[in-house]
Amino acid sequence: MQSFTLQRPSGLAEAARLGAEGGEFIAGGTDMLQLMKEWVRTPDRLVDLDPVLDPRIEAGPQGLRIGAGARMEAVAVHPEVARIAPAISEALLESASPQVRNLATMGGNLLQRTRCGYFRDAGVAACNKRRPGSGCAAIGGENRIHAVLGTSGQCIATHPSDFAVALVALEATLHLAGPDGERDMPIHHLYRTWDTHPEQETNLRPGEIIAAIQVPATALSRNARYLKVRDRAAFEWALLSAAVGLEIDGGTVRAARVAMGGVGTKPWRMRAVEAALIGKPANDDSYAAAAAHATEGAVARGENAYKITLMPRVLARALALAGGAA
Amino acid sequence: MSLIGQPLPRVDGPDKVTGRAHYAADFPADRMAHAAVVQSTIARGRITGFDLAEAEQVPGVLAILTHRNAPRLGKIPEIPPVDPVGTPEHPLQDDLVLHQNQHIAVVVAETLEQARWAASRVRVSYAPEPAVIDMQATLRHARPASKDEISAKPGNVGRGDADATLASAAVTVDSLSVMERENQNPIELHATTAQWDSDGERLTVWDKTQWVQSCAKHLGAAFNIPPERVHVIDPFIGGAFGSSLRVWPHTYIAAMAAKVVGRPVKLVLSRREYYGGTGARPWTQQRVRLGADRDGSLQAIRHEVTAENSRYEIYTENVLKATPILYRCRNVDLPYRVALRDVNSPNAMRGPGLATGVYALELAMDELAVALKMDPLALRLRNIPERDQMKDLPFSSISLEQCLTEAASRFGWDRRNHQPGSMRDGRLQLGWGMAVSNYPAEKVKATARARVTAKGEVHVATASSDMGPGTWTSVTQVAADTLDLAMEQVKLSIGDSALPMAPVHGGSMTISSIGPAVRDACEKLRGAVYGAAGVNTGDILEIARRIGRDFEAEGAFDPGDLEERFSMEGFGAVFAEVTVDPDTSEIRVRRITGAYGIGKVVNPLLARSQCIGGMMGGIGMALLEQTEIDRRSGRFVNGNLAEYLVPTMADTPALDVTFVPEEDRNVGGLGTKGLGEIALVGVAPAIANAVFHATGKRLRHLPMTPDRLAMA
Repeated sequence: MQSFTLQRPSGLAEAARLGAEGGEFIAGGTDMLQLMKEWVRTPDRLVDLDPVLDPRIEAGPQGLRIGAGARMEAVAVHPEVARIAPAISEALLESASPQVRNLATMGGNLLQRTRCGYFRDAGVAACNKRRPGSGCAAIGGENRIHAVLGTSGQCIATHPSDFAVALVALEATLHLAGPDGERDMPIHHLYRTWDTHPEQETNLRPGEIIAAIQVPATALSRNARYLKVRDRAAFEWALLSAAVGLEIDGGTVRAARVAMGGVGTKPWRMRAVEAALIGKPANDDSYAAAAAHATEGAVARGENAYKITLMPRVLARALALAGGAA
Repeated sequence: MSLIGQPLPRVDGPDKVTGRAHYAADFPADRMAHAAVVQSTIARGRITGFDLAEAEQVPGVLAILTHRNAPRLGKIPEIPPVDPVGTPEHPLQDDLVLHQNQHIAVVVAETLEQARWAASRVRVSYAPEPAVIDMQATLRHARPASKDEISAKPGNVGRGDADATLASAAVTVDSLSVMERENQNPIELHATTAQWDSDGERLTVWDKTQWVQSCAKHLGAAFNIPPERVHVIDPFIGGAFGSSLRVWPHTYIAAMAAKVVGRPVKLVLSRREYYGGTGARPWTQQRVRLGADRDGSLQAIRHEVTAENSRYEIYTENVLKATPILYRCRNVDLPYRVALRDVNSPNAMRGPGLATGVYALELAMDELAVALKMDPLALRLRNIPERDQMKDLPFSSISLEQCLTEAASRFGWDRRNHQPGSMRDGRLQLGWGMAVSNYPAEKVKATARARVTAKGEVHVATASSDMGPGTWTSVTQVAADTLDLAMEQVKLSIGDSALPMAPVHGGSMTISSIGPAVRDACEKLRGAVYGAAGVNTGDILEIARRIGRDFEAEGAFDPGDLEERFSMEGFGAVFAEVTVDPDTSEIRVRRITGAYGIGKVVNPLLARSQCIGGMMGGIGMALLEQTEIDRRSGRFVNGNLAEYLVPTMADTPALDVTFVPEEDRNVGGLGTKGLGEIALVGVAPAIANAVFHATGKRLRHLPMTPDRLAMA
């Protein structure tokens, strides 16, 4: 990799200022170093967030507050996380490997870059994410892992985080620290779709840092589940995944939160599926009927067509899990 | 008690786990410089220019070599059995680009970071030419392999009239299957450290290689010096699986770079660079047609393979080796076709050829069992061969029937409901499948040296290597056993081209070739010591100390005419249980049982390790491994270990290994047949057949990933 300067800020405010001045953030580094070693990213200044990010995990009446500096493993095995939001524990335990989870931070997890093989190979010329305007090699290429929702002729990459999918289903809120102060952002506002500028992945402002993640504690969050589909039984990103929370009263679905991963350019909230569940009996027929809505608007690009086939099946299974099936 | 057959732990284990074992990139040298390659970004065409301005400005850069200024190489030789037919890459010698990720320049710098950064700043301009990558387009121009290209592959000899017999057979199946390209992906990256002596006449190379002496010959020819002036050292290999049989372009590049800068140079290929910098198990398409009587007796086999190849070399392998001997059958036809595309040349990967061919054959046998409504095990038992019908020779020994019945019994096969889709575990579909395994028991000439010093130390040496199977340990066992010493009393040296001649460390022939050579050397050493002392018994260490001088003996093994008298083959049987999730299309292996008849087992602990490693390789082949190549550009889309998937422990269930007793007095040497390859062969088809049994869907494309099952 290239020579770079590592800046060590004394606090979040200074870190945000350094970021606004053009420094790139690094925390656990598990993704950033992969990208730097292969020249996908070539920052000359890195701002080390590790010493300034809050690593604490706190549970209160309002729910969970997860500091962005908490390690994936610490969150995954935290008993209060498992009690209040088991979907988060499941999503994290099915992510990466224990070694990576011991190093990677929660904020970094949300901001990891796509696994698109064309994005990650600097020897490929056409990638609108790396070089805006250069094209998209994944369209018409090896796109088995790519998105079927939220794509455009510009880019069809997925966001790879499992954790983010669970957060979208649980309607988490991000606390942001920026050069101009702090603000809150709903998780579903964090990511953009690729209509015009796939190089712009988030709605964070220059220098803005994810400081903490707030997850509300609800009846929904306590029985929400995460189901992940992948080639390999461990240490692999999702081909498809689903995070589902159901509130069932007297055998009837009263509320539902449904998100899928691996299928969209960002963690995809399935509002049509949710609407189709409300007031329906909590049984497999309802789940299958509702899950059929998951593919509305989905566009296959060749090798990812199977995702459209699998989405309703995987989602129906996840709904059954959240509904209490074995 | 004989040490042969004892489950002794690895003698090199402590060195490996404590870091004392030095691999190719670990050898220190004074004033070491570091090299990084620049790789092509087109699949075919010519280089029209290099812009080195930015790279030359990087601090610490010592030299940048391209085809315009690199030293001229002599003709690189073709050394059987590892080199394919054709013209190998002669790196940095011309402006031709033959494939993506071809090394086209190298930067040498004071540090690795400087070299790699500068390499990334080299700008290359090309005149690209149309490349054909897509296999479907490539297949349209497939052609039969010529006699020269398959001359070393006896499996291609058919017999009888398969076509006519198929046309009239009572029951036939026609089974088409495809296997994606696989990369060996050893954990140790490919690395070369090269150092010339001050007058430029002698070259020392620490190279990741499975054949130090072939490496010395290749380098000698390329640099126009006698091979004995090239010293190649590689005592430890961090896995290779065939990827280090050949001498790859980067090895020449490291030696060129060292020559130019006049310093030792270390060159390590990154994981991404490895995919284009070495070889891979080829993409293959196979069509197997079987004809049988209603009782399951095979009457005809037509097994056709079409394998990808590069445009500059033709690599063929023993895909069709097992087919003419595995089952009793009078009519066999074995066409081998090659499909050329603009990629780097394929090469051998663990179980080369047979892993591919047995997959297709055993898939077809499973289909035949279904067509016959017959137990797949009974179908195999019905067709066990009495002798090798291809060579028209008796087997030195064959335990296929014992392997099948023993593995079936351990697995509990008699509880199988043969109806596909009939077995479940809760919501999961359960499948049981089986396949036969086979690999030739190869052995070739080898030599060794044994010495006892006046101080009473025993040194044994041979130029062989150990890529992980346990050669360090098993050869020490042979020496200690022959000399009636304890393991720790024997000091072994291997992996050095200056040591006595040894064959390539591959093809499961190391212990069968080196083992008897070491035993011969040790017997002769004992004879020399006893002769000098005028005794015929006693401790040779004590005698050597008493006499007060060193004794040395050379030993050799020569298989002679064994191959003309016997067909020597290892056989095995593999049974697998899988679960299939009907909602997610995920396939997971739950257990595997393998039984093998492989002659004498020198070390059951190491042998079991070999087998469970081979089973893991088979799980990878069946469910995970595929090198994705962009069909337009030829780029490796998953050229890293995050996206090229090999099995993790979570993918690896209970693996049950057993060896059927096999005293083979005909096979020569120590009575061993070799083990590394056969342990992988047969695993993928057992899993594939289990998937059919679980789902009723015949997946014909490896690996069997969720997308392929979902769309089947």
